[in-house]
Amino acid sequence: MSKILVVAEQAQGKVKSATWSAITFAKQAATLSSGSFDILVLGASASSAAKELTGFGAGEVRVCEDASLENYLAERYAPTVAAVAQGYSVVCATASSFGKDLMPRAAARLDAAYAGDCSGVSADGGQLRYKRPMFAGNAFGHLTLGTQVQVVTVRQSEFGVAVPSGGVSAISTVPLTPPGKAAERVEFISMDQVQSARPELSDAQVVLSGGRALKDKFFEVLEPLADQLKAAIGASRAACDAGYAPGDYQVGQTGKIVAPKLYLAVGISGAIQHVAGMKGSKTIVAINKDPDAPIFQIADYGLVADLFDAVPELTSALKARA
Amino acid sequence: MKILVPIKRVADPDNANKIRISPGGDRIETAGLEWKLNPFDEYALEAALRLTEDGQKSKERTGEVVVVTLAPKEADSTLRSALATGADRAIRIDAEDDALDGRLVAKALRAIVLKEQPDLILMGKQAVDGDNNFVGQALAELLDYPMATFAATIREEDGALLVSREVDGGTCTLRVRLPAVVTVDLRIVAPSSVYSRQTDPSFKYNDGVRFAPLPAIMKAKKKPLDVVPLADVVPSLDLASKYHRFEPPAQRKAGVKVASVSELVDKLANEARVL
Ligand SMILES: Cc1cc2nc3c(=O)[nH]c(=O)nc-3n(C[C@H](O)[C@H](O)[C@H](O)COP(=O)(O)OP(=O)(O)OC[C@H]3O[C@@H](n4cnc5c(N)ncnc54)[C@H](O)[C@@H]3O)c2cc1C
Ligand SMILES: Nc1ncnc2c1ncn2[C@@H]1O[C@H](COP(=O)(O)O)[C@@H](O)[C@H]1O
Repeated sequence: MSKILVVAEQAQGKVKSATWSAITFAKQAATLSSGSFDILVLGASASSAAKELTGFGAGEVRVCEDASLENYLAERYAPTVAAVAQGYSVVCATASSFGKDLMPRAAARLDAAYAGDCSGVSADGGQLRYKRPMFAGNAFGHLTLGTQVQVVTVRQSEFGVAVPSGGVSAISTVPLTPPGKAAERVEFISMDQVQSARPELSDAQVVLSGGRALKDKFFEVLEPLADQLKAAIGASRAACDAGYAPGDYQVGQTGKIVAPKLYLAVGISGAIQHVAGMKGSKTIVAINKDPDAPIFQIADYGLVADLFDAVPELTSALKARA
Repeated sequence: MKILVPIKRVADPDNANKIRISPGGDRIETAGLEWKLNPFDEYALEAALRLTEDGQKSKERTGEVVVVTLAPKEADSTLRSALATGADRAIRIDAEDDALDGRLVAKALRAIVLKEQPDLILMGKQAVDGDNNFVGQALAELLDYPMATFAATIREEDGALLVSREVDGGTCTLRVRLPAVVTVDLRIVAPSSVYSRQTDPSFKYNDGVRFAPLPAIMKAKKKPLDVVPLADVVPSLDLASKYHRFEPPAQRKAGVKVASVSELVDKLANEARVL
């Protein structure tokens, strides 16, 4: 019987969509181990976020609201996460940049074993067994963790959006655990948000990604097509490194992992590090002028063409259908 | 500034699609794969060198860079190449790869930090074999040090670093006072990513990492490389995570090439039904 704690992610009192995947994981893990789950939300306006979290079947929604938690800093969040975690067997969050930053820090505080970026969970004789991708997704490992509290992050693309299950979880408050000396030596300066009206890359139904080939025409060429497809825009590392697209657009082993209904790779060669971030997509389309580009080995539909002709043509064809 | 750079050798990531899983699924066979320094650690080393020099006089070091790895003896060649690239000293904590997990690595590194007292621990955000993304954050907590993960730029200030981090939705900037832990992301080796206090703010580095000149490779053979038994730096050798089985990913079935944009639209609409 596991007691599971979900660490929710919120900003300005609104729950971030990444959280729904961690809740889905917690529900699965609770079912597998005949256990139950609670949700912890921290922040300067955590109590308004808490109201969004009561309909998912959690035993309790636990709230730590404190002005010092205004801007997320692991040094300020980890002590409270670790203190609350003491009463649980598994503590989980989604492997967003928030989860990946915070949870290892909390795990170390608890001397807990850690399984990052898990893509599945199963039960093995009363123990939870985690499945996680390694080597850029070229192998999956199945592991168990042997500490009293286990810390886990889960892949957003593999655990779907949790659906409300009726009922209203009780809301309780937890006190802030004072942070250590580390917190005195870190100062939040700014968060520069990439402004975009498009869907978020990690939970978009359609993703249109561009590679090095787009050069400084990256947005000029891709935006009209993205508009037609209502797609989020992604990029290869080469396109990000060259400054054609912001770093936050990078799809791949070391960037964002996406698994949309439709993924279009335009002018992307298909290096294993890129493929690791998108091969879970339902339908993959590749447009590349090199017929031997590795991307064609995993694409459902490949078009050998110059993208500067093919993308505008595809845009008009879709417009004509609309 | 004294910087400690934990580095790990990994099976060459560009060959990762050739990794094999043992017939029983109990092991990942690394035999036959080439070893290479984890790319993120290569970037961390480059960033450490940039922070301990004036970019215009990159042959003169203004601080000390110590590299440390937990690995068996074969990794000495990885340490030697880091020394040739510019690190001053190397430490190898002697351990077989399968005797380690992130929790143990963080504990061992903590002991080395307490002994070496560096101003900064600069390391990769993840090792691309296990893809754990764990050790840096864990080490910072064990030391009660501030941290800045996923660093895209670092600017040295008086006793502090201004670090911009690649996070979901954009860039987050933090100031950490030293000593601190910083983990680096891919863009840290761009031409204008790292500035020591000596380096002119208008200076631009070559894109990517520097390579060891031939004489440096000879000289590196004489630089100190200390070996420490793992048992001397961790309280217990017990591992808390255990892999039971490995499996290859599901293969995608080969797709088709379409001849034209209109055929593509037709397939997407009528076959895949995604439009
Ligand atoms: C540690 C590490 C981590 C990495 N992580 C990632 C990651 O997370 N994500 C990622 O994407 N990469 C990652 N990479 C980089 C990866 O190895 C590749 O270098 C990168 O994906 C290449 O990007 P690209 O396909 O845009 O560029 P290229 O490989 O240069 O490919 C450009 C493609 O465009 C095609 N092309 C050129 N002109 C045209 C045209 N006019 N019309 C149509 N097609 C055209 C070419 O045929 C070619 O196939 C990582 C690498 C390392 C070492
Ligand atoms: N065996 C090791 N020896 C030295 N440093 C390591 C080792 N394993 C991990 N690290 C460091 O920790 C970082 C993150 O690794 P990981 O948490 O395993 O993804 C790496 O980029 C290295 O800097």
